[in-house]
Amino acid sequence: MGLLSDPNRRRALTNLLTRLNTPLCVVCYLAGVAWFMGLAFEPFTLRTYMSENAMGSTMVEEKFGSGERALATAREFAAHKKKADGMPVDWLVKAMQSRGLEVFTQSFSRTLPFPDENKERYMVHGTNVYGILRAPRGPRTEALVLSAPCSPGNSNNQAVGLLLGLAQYFRGQIYWAKDIIFLVNEHDLIGMQAWLEGYHHTNTTGMSWTPLHGRAGSIQAAMSLELSSDVVTSLDLVLEGLNGQLPNLDLANLFYAFCQKIGVLCTIQGKLQRNDWDTSSGYNHAVQTMLLMVLKQASGRPWGDHGLFLRYHIEAVSVRGINSFRQYKTDATTIGKLLEGMFRKLNNLLERLHQSYFFYLLPSLSRFVSIGYYMPAFGLLTLILLLRLGSLASGTEDGLAEGEQASSTGVLSVLTPVVISHLTGMALFMLPVLSQETAVEHFPVSETEAVVLTAIAIYTAGLALPHNTHRVLTGEGTEQGWRVLKLVAVLYMAVLLGCTALINFSLGFILALTLVPIAAFVTPHMPRVLYAFLMVALSPGFTLLYCVFLYQELQEAPVSLLDGWNIFLSVISQGILDHSLYGSLVYPLLSLFIYPCWLLLWNILFWK
Amino acid sequence: MGLKDGISPSSEALDAASRWEATEVDLNTVSYNGEKAAENLRDEAAEMYDSAHQLYNDQFEEELVIRPLHSGDIYSSFQFRTRWDTDFFQKGKKVTDYRLFPKSLGQVITKFSVRELHISFTQGFWRTMQWGQPFLSAPPGAELWVWFQDTVPDVDGAWKELTNVLSGIFCASLNFIDSTNTVQPSASFKPLGVGNVTNHKFLRYAVLPREIVCTENLTPWKKLLPCGSKAGLAVLLKSEKLFHSSFHSQAVHIRPVCQDWQCTSTAWELRQTLSVVFDLYTSGQSRREWSLFKMFSRTLTEACPLASSSKIYVDVTDNSQGELFEQSPASPILSQAVVLGDRRTYSVYDLLTPDTFGTPRSLNIQLRWKTSDAAAGLRPLLHGERYVAGYGLQTGEIHTLIYNNHPYRAFPILLLDSVPWYLRLYVHTLAVTSKNRENKPSYIHYQPSKDRLRPHLLEMLIQLPPNSVTEVTVQFERALLKWTEYTPDPNHGFYVGSSVISGLVPSIVAMGTNSTQEGPLFSSFFPCKEESTYFVRVYTEPLLVTLPTPDFSMPYNVICLTCTVVAVGYGSLYNLLTRTFQVEEPSPSLAKRLANVIRRIRGVPLL
Repeated sequence: MGLLSDPNRRRALTNLLTRLNTPLCVVCYLAGVAWFMGLAFEPFTLRTYMSENAMGSTMVEEKFGSGERALATAREFAAHKKKADGMPVDWLVKAMQSRGLEVFTQSFSRTLPFPDENKERYMVHGTNVYGILRAPRGPRTEALVLSAPCSPGNSNNQAVGLLLGLAQYFRGQIYWAKDIIFLVNEHDLIGMQAWLEGYHHTNTTGMSWTPLHGRAGSIQAAMSLELSSDVVTSLDLVLEGLNGQLPNLDLANLFYAFCQKIGVLCTIQGKLQRNDWDTSSGYNHAVQTMLLMVLKQASGRPWGDHGLFLRYHIEAVSVRGINSFRQYKTDATTIGKLLEGMFRKLNNLLERLHQSYFFYLLPSLSRFVSIGYYMPAFGLLTLILLLRLGSLASGTEDGLAEGEQASSTGVLSVLTPVVISHLTGMALFMLPVLSQETAVEHFPVSETEAVVLTAIAIYTAGLALPHNTHRVLTGEGTEQGWRVLKLVAVLYMAVLLGCTALINFSLGFILALTLVPIAAFVTPHMPRVLYAFLMVALSPGFTLLYCVFLYQELQEAPVSLLDGWNIFLSVISQGILDHSLYGSLVYPLLSLFIYPCWLLLWNILFWK
Repeated sequence: MGLKDGISPSSEALDAASRWEATEVDLNTVSYNGEKAAENLRDEAAEMYDSAHQLYNDQFEEELVIRPLHSGDIYSSFQFRTRWDTDFFQKGKKVTDYRLFPKSLGQVITKFSVRELHISFTQGFWRTMQWGQPFLSAPPGAELWVWFQDTVPDVDGAWKELTNVLSGIFCASLNFIDSTNTVQPSASFKPLGVGNVTNHKFLRYAVLPREIVCTENLTPWKKLLPCGSKAGLAVLLKSEKLFHSSFHSQAVHIRPVCQDWQCTSTAWELRQTLSVVFDLYTSGQSRREWSLFKMFSRTLTEACPLASSSKIYVDVTDNSQGELFEQSPASPILSQAVVLGDRRTYSVYDLLTPDTFGTPRSLNIQLRWKTSDAAAGLRPLLHGERYVAGYGLQTGEIHTLIYNNHPYRAFPILLLDSVPWYLRLYVHTLAVTSKNRENKPSYIHYQPSKDRLRPHLLEMLIQLPPNSVTEVTVQFERALLKWTEYTPDPNHGFYVGSSVISGLVPSIVAMGTNSTQEGPLFSSFFPCKEESTYFVRVYTEPLLVTLPTPDFSMPYNVICLTCTVVAVGYGSLYNLLTRTFQVEEPSPSLAKRLANVIRRIRGVPLL
């Protein structure tokens, strides 16, 4: 601190920072990226371990043995599903009742803002069926949830069969301390949303549902099961939930521990774990796994039915059975044992899961990167903005000292672009859904296409709009003007990205990767065409496009440009749907804040 | 208007409460084929009172009621009644002789001038919708309510001491009862014994929903019995079986009762009850089949020698022709009684007659079902449920749903809610709705909480429309506790005790569903009989509410952080503020200084 109280030294430091600003920024950027890529390197990560004492010390003995019967139930369920052409409500109610559960149903309906072409639905009506296993001598204060979606077609029948099989087995046991809710939800996430809203008696998304008649207190943990084949080769764990929320790491640890114990292959992001971390292919594998997690988390959408539980502070995961061509197969009994073991451990919980991490990245199931390790990568990127702010502030100070021209027009010249770009953002947020009917009337497109294309049109139109405004107001843009505007824009971006990264690191980091270079280096004195091209290529919309291609690449399903473009379009429509159906915040964040912020920078490029 | 309505139900409740005893006694014993004239309880009672003038006239009765439930489970309820004819209300009388009445309790009620004492320990939640009404309801955890005599000067002091003493007697954490969870209900809990003290200044009520009931509570409870667990029905009370069940509730009720019909003098009645529900599925049997041995892993060989009456009742209402289950050994004695507004038929086994035990001198009552499918029971007329709505850690909403399943009659109920202070109720958001319309309570008694001193108390008299669900909602804010106030395992959440719904429910007998039953036409025109309503107390589930909880590994981090901030931030600020700045000659450069040093050594004038 003596450094700052001494004016000479302070000046020296400022000089150093100003002089070396650009190289420092470049170094920071490279260091940030390198740090991030280093996170997947095994020696830099930590081994996962069970923090929760209640789940750690005693291993339970699993006795579930009726996997074959569960599969028979699954076939029966499939037949009834086909007959009913949807959820076989009556059959499920009877099946659950005969297993000694208290059974309740909930019906719900929801009209989507525009048709969902991926899942082919628009007006959704459905029924959730759930049965509650009352814990013997439990006071109905705590519950666990096991859910399986009733999907259209031939998928997930085995999940429902296994759910019923487990219900039957669990019902005969005396050791339950928490009630267990067995839920079969229709229309996957929409049904789950309806059930959760009904259970907590809230309504955040304007869905209509009938109130629930049976409850079991506060839900401590939940698992969603997806299983579409009689045998599986591996089980995939899905963690990413709404808005990039993750369940407590102990739940993942629990799954991993039981997979190890029972001898089931387990994957995360569909990728097996490898032991050859010291080879480049092993490192590549870890990076791919981690990048997939980052991309999924950044998308802010729930990647399984568990994703909606997280909003209610209920730790939840999805377990997905995968049947590939591998030799080694696992049968339903083993999966049942795995679930039994996990539920018995969760049953032992005294407190909610809170001991382990809530913020982490997983380069493999047995390794994790905690928030303390990954945040510096983001910190290095934001440091660039701070460095830029420092140099800009000292530059503006000097500028002010030279001529006292900062007047009300100066304020106005900054305020106008800010307001206009935000209005554009508002338009991007509101208009696509509002104007779909008009668009459909005038153009030969479907509603979904209309929404997506309107969004893209507004996005593109925004490029033409704001950079002329200040000229209308104040005449020629001044040197002082763009500096102040850039100061505002950089400050705004630093705050925005900082807040985003705290909630959803992946989203914040991905945005920072592309936006920070623009924010750092844009001035009106650059070759315009080249830089305009660069800026557009680094704009949020293009970032999304790159993410789509990267995701496909990592999934080992590369796509052609045209297919990629189609996926890009559907991703946009899904983003808008996620916002209106489940309250995902990524679309509003991008359209209301990030895009206007980028427009401010665009404005600076065209200042003169 | 509000006041008048407020008073009337309480007297009604009182009436009903005294009738509660009446229904138990009012067993109309029916003899079949004129073969064996079973004792009429009324006659027996009269006999009993005739001989009441003897010196020690303590009486002990024991009974067990077995009721098969529609869900396939089985409900067994033990009642042990000890009557002690001594007058505690007489001043200055010192009691030294104890015969059947347990001395520990006798001393407690004398010392603390207790008029009535009701304590229950329950593990599990009574599933009203599947099991119907219990004979005696109790909330999960421990419940204690005491009426003190109106001579007690310091009720709060006596209450505090009493809870500590009871805590020792029953090996329970009753010492956690303090002013923050004690309330004085104004209308919901009325004395059940003789005497009409209704000033609720002398009433204390507390619930500990977190209390776990186990063998350590059962043993002291069994020790209060005259025969202990050595003989009589108490032989069946083996903890390894009692706690392998879906519901377990044990209670002690002490109250003054009349010694004779004229009620010239009073006696103390100690009623020990134990209810347990055995589950069909967890018992690991394939067929629906119950026996004493299967339930309790014991059979009966004798009655308690000290008991004046020892009986087992098996509810055979649904099995009048033996079409549902087979009962062995069969009992020729049938008895009818109106219990909880419903006419029930019981087959009676009298353990005082040696014939009951048969030749191997062992009684093992067996019920064997003929079909395996569970029958749908009659929906209970009144039941309630409660839950917390909303998410997040700032606010929430308590919803209480009260169901009136009667097809055409409305009836009033009293709702009692006691909410801990750390849930700050917003009373202006209190709303009562039935059938989508506002249902204005005719009586509201609300006592706001005081932080760390006393809980919220909310009592309301609500008229339930027929065939309706009444929803009571109130919003609350979660308080941030001081860090020492968190209980162990704070992330488990905090309990809010059950709310109590007490009501006079129209009787099913009066409802006339049994009109197909044979009976003279002239007797059945007016539906109302003397038991047209009956008193029911229903408890809702307790709530588990998460409060904002600090990360308790944090203090260390906080200390480190605070120290750093203080050292760096405050230190440098202090430094800047207190330092005096003065212009200083720029210090000579390093070369110059070196040169000066050399010059000093050489003795040459400095540069």
